[in-house]
Amino acid sequence: MRIVIDNVEKRFGDAKKKEVTALKNINFSIEEQEFVVLVGPSGCGKSTLLNIVGGLLSPSQGEVYFEGKQDKDPTLGIVFQEIALLPWRTVYQNVIYGLEERGASKKECQEIGQHYIDMVGLTGFEKAYPKQLSGGMKQRAGIARALAVEPDLLLMDEPFSALDAQTRTIMQEELLTIWNRTKLSTLYVTHNIQEAVYLADRVIVLSRHPGEIKEIIKIDLPRMGRDQEKYRQQFERYSDQIWNLIRHDAQAAIKEA
Amino acid sequence: MEPTTKKVIKNRVAFLEKQIPGYVSVAGIVGLLVLWELVCRLNIVPPLFLPAPSAIIMDGWQLISSGELFKNFMASLYRILGGYAIGAVFGILVGLMLGFSKRADAIFTPIVYAIYPIPKIALLPLIILWFGIGEMPKVAIIALGVFFPVLINTFSGVKSVDPILIKAAVTFGSNHVNVIRKVILPGALPTIFAGLKLAAGTALLLLVSAEMIAAQYGIGAMVLHYGNLMITTKLMAGVLILSLLGLLFNRGLQWLERILIPWK
Ligand SMILES: Nc1ncnc2c1ncn2[C@@H]1O[C@H](COP(=O)(O)OP(=O)(O)O)[C@@H](O)[C@H]1O
Ligand SMILES: [Mg+2]
Repeated sequence: MRIVIDNVEKRFGDAKKKEVTALKNINFSIEEQEFVVLVGPSGCGKSTLLNIVGGLLSPSQGEVYFEGKQDKDPTLGIVFQEIALLPWRTVYQNVIYGLEERGASKKECQEIGQHYIDMVGLTGFEKAYPKQLSGGMKQRAGIARALAVEPDLLLMDEPFSALDAQTRTIMQEELLTIWNRTKLSTLYVTHNIQEAVYLADRVIVLSRHPGEIKEIIKIDLPRMGRDQEKYRQQFERYSDQIWNLIRHDAQAAIKEA
Repeated sequence: MEPTTKKVIKNRVAFLEKQIPGYVSVAGIVGLLVLWELVCRLNIVPPLFLPAPSAIIMDGWQLISSGELFKNFMASLYRILGGYAIGAVFGILVGLMLGFSKRADAIFTPIVYAIYPIPKIALLPLIILWFGIGEMPKVAIIALGVFFPVLINTFSGVKSVDPILIKAAVTFGSNHVNVIRKVILPGALPTIFAGLKLAAGTALLLLVSAEMIAAQYGIGAMVLHYGNLMITTKLMAGVLILSLLGLLFNRGLQWLERILIPWK
């Protein structure tokens, strides 16, 4: 299945009846098994766009749809920036939440749940409550929960931005490994350019006020091991290219805040 | 050569972690009883005004062995448990409804806030007119007194549930019923318990008031009866039973809270 974001626009009416156009003319698609990363300075509408694609916000104009041969309703898996694990459920109960809601049997839940808990490296923590986990481990549980529904589209909104730099680097590597096993179509939001180049098949660069697509950059590097020495130059070139596209907007964003 | 000095840095917030052994609390209560007994033995206060603990226990034992205490206690227990359970269940259900449905909120919340401040005991005569003089009015007045604080706490608990959790649940396929059952109810549970504890005090107060106004049996009626006869030892025995009942209630709720909210 392919996901099409068709001419999406989003306006917010603020308290003084002044309208803010957060997104405008957003057109792109996510192919099957493609990893698309949205980058842009803070406030450019990345979360807004991801929420629209995730069905948590309605666009003011345009639409988002799945295109494919299957007739079933597409499933979405979202990994939230705020992690959003239910505090009253254990890791295992959180991971199987989506399966449970789809009426999977106990045995199925057990099998699939355990599979993804193992995959994200949380084996042994099934019975722990979120409160007992570190930030990185919480987000692993969040990722397992999203993977467990085996979604047609995986959405991630700055999933690692609350983590410290070391944990983040490790989680990025692990995410790639996991992605390689599952090959889920993914829309990933970040403000971190290195992260974008490291993970993406294509990087979509957004501008601010209004949030529009500035450029779509295809990353022509092998999926795995982009941090190796031999790709260093190309990696830097992509990073510079993206930085030059958003530098001006990022500076403006600082002044505003 | 200068003399070397050694300055150990001590934990200056150790008082935050200080452990006090359990017998200290017991010693407090025992100390109070001893003091009380002394005051009475030394005739500082006449026994009619403040009977000694030993005298209360002796006369209390009479009440127990004659079965009088048990009969009154059971009558009170049924009323308070029945009224409390009815009030709490409805309070939680209506609170969830008002918290979840904007429409219900708009219609009912003003009504709730208009009725909430009425001292419920003022409604007893009216409720006796409605239900007659059996058990019903007492149970109803307690239920009413419990209903409102539980409802209001449930409501504010629902409102305090993090919307991102609701979004997460919906994303992973929850319908409205399951959002209430699996996200909103557990999320509101800590606040609901705050309401339940608050209501326990109200329930006890209403129980005794109602029994003093209109009951043959019950701890409240018993206390009033011995007050009229100026038998203060038996009166105090009744009061102690009430204190015990309140304590029991509180402990029960604490125990339930620990079981129902293991994630805290
Ligand atoms: N609910 C809302 N009401 C009004 N304005 C909003 C709302 N959500 C986002 N915005 C505005 O839309 C713009 C984009 O926000 P957001 O998508 O959160 O940016 P990003 O995730 O890229 O940092 C910002 O200017 C923000 O102030
Ligand atoms: Mg954001």
